[in-house]
Amino acid sequence: MNKTINQKAWFFVVPVFVLVAFNAAIPLMTVVNYSFQETFGNNVFAWEGTRWFKQILLSERFHDALGRQIAFTFIILLIQIPLGIGIALTMPKKGWGVPVCLILMSMPLLIPWNVVGAMWNIFALPDIGFLGYSLNAIGFDFNFTQQPGDAWFTTILMDVWHWTSLVVLLSYAGLNSIQPAYYQAAEIDGASRWATFRYIELPKMKKVLTLAILLRFMDSFMIYTEPFVLTGGGPGNATAFLSIDLVKMALGQFDLGPAAAMSLIYFFIVLLVCWVFYSLMMKNEVKS
Amino acid sequence: MKKYKWLIPTLYIIFLMLPIYWLINMSFKTTTEIINTYSLWPREFTTENYVKIFTDSTWYMGYVNSITYTVFNTVISVAAALPAAYAFSRYKFLGDKHLFFWLLTNRMAPPAVFALPFFQFYSSVNLFDTHIAVALSHCLFNIPLAVWILEGFMSAVPKELDETAYVDGYSFNRFFFKIFIPTIAAGIGITMFFCFMFSWVELLLAKTLTATEAKPIAATMTRTASTSGYELGLLAAAGSLTIIPGAIVIYFVRNYIAKGFAMGRV
Repeated sequence: MNKTINQKAWFFVVPVFVLVAFNAAIPLMTVVNYSFQETFGNNVFAWEGTRWFKQILLSERFHDALGRQIAFTFIILLIQIPLGIGIALTMPKKGWGVPVCLILMSMPLLIPWNVVGAMWNIFALPDIGFLGYSLNAIGFDFNFTQQPGDAWFTTILMDVWHWTSLVVLLSYAGLNSIQPAYYQAAEIDGASRWATFRYIELPKMKKVLTLAILLRFMDSFMIYTEPFVLTGGGPGNATAFLSIDLVKMALGQFDLGPAAAMSLIYFFIVLLVCWVFYSLMMKNEVKS
Repeated sequence: MKKYKWLIPTLYIIFLMLPIYWLINMSFKTTTEIINTYSLWPREFTTENYVKIFTDSTWYMGYVNSITYTVFNTVISVAAALPAAYAFSRYKFLGDKHLFFWLLTNRMAPPAVFALPFFQFYSSVNLFDTHIAVALSHCLFNIPLAVWILEGFMSAVPKELDETAYVDGYSFNRFFFKIFIPTIAAGIGITMFFCFMFSWVELLLAKTLTATEAKPIAATMTRTASTSGYELGLLAAAGSLTIIPGAIVIYFVRNYIAKGFAMGRV
């Protein structure tokens, strides 16, 4: 659409600008303030320069949390994206099955995140939970509150349960936008199922898949509530991802300076990755 | 191969329903039964947990609080986003692209980063523990989202619609409210759905900004889980009830949900 140049349009944007600035800029400035200062309470501050940033960047604790976070996000993407595409491909395209699938599959997305955590906690408990009990019954020594490996398994399974539907819905929307003519052409050419997927469906889904990867990256990188309720970051620090570690530092130990520095580093990482994705997306859009 | 295609979505849905079933199953059991026996369905069926929730004000007020700030937030987000999305879809102005990306970056900020400053900020303006504080703080991610979805829907409406209306002598306000808003009603519905959804499921900020008066149900649940031992039956019942509002809104937008997700979620 060719847009008219109109500087007065700013008036339309003012409410949004004020509300978001009120919510984002002021708290962000507070964080920036803390990150350069030492506080002794009673609003007494001393300038610390980049000390907290150096401390965080060099601390083993941060490296470990970041490492766990990257591993978690990577595993999540590796499972959810192919699984989501697979389910979207096999979903019914018309008839009564469509609304049934859509409604049931969206369910996990609308459950408050701590309820998701609590639900999986109950579900995975080794003595009274279906998952934990069944795994033990068939001979696995499963206890997610004691064994780090089991805690990881449960956290990942929970995230797959919670968010795969998002990938499914996005892929499904992408598949639905493909004209039937493409499939007819493929059939006339005698294309195999794999060829149809590789050369018709996958390219057409490229845009929604980029979006899906971006969203899953962002949300899994910021994950807090579900693992907090499920495992509390434990056993030990086994599932203490970045957000959990950050909240522990800021609200638990009240180490405001280091916590603020960590917040900014954390935000910067997310922003950087998203910016790369966003630019790629926009580049594709211009091309097509 | 083709014959067994239904198997994959079916298995997936069963996987999705299992934990939900388990939660509901637990909610109809007595606490002693939960702790002492493992059973696939309630042996001593009881609604005692639900009765407790609906008669104890600390419990049911949690739902009222959650719904209150969620509705506030949805109204504020959509009302503020409508003119802004119109501006982004129709006009070019100084800094429009940068502003748009800046809005999106707020959707990318980890809420954990904002928890502490929000707490201090809302305390200092005496809004701590009010519904409006939570509603405003959720604007952080819901307004960018609303602008993004609405912009998508508005850009799909041809500009000729605006021009014809002006030629016919409509003022901007009359055009906007009488013609334009009804045209994109479906888009507004979907936007409201997403705002509702993200405000409803968020807990970290809602919990940080409230103490007693505006405490969300989700936070009430964490309190019970940690202090009075494990009242699992009660917890399960409260959890089961939080699924209902979501299920209701999904039902209303079922035909648009796939499309809405594709256009909207950032």
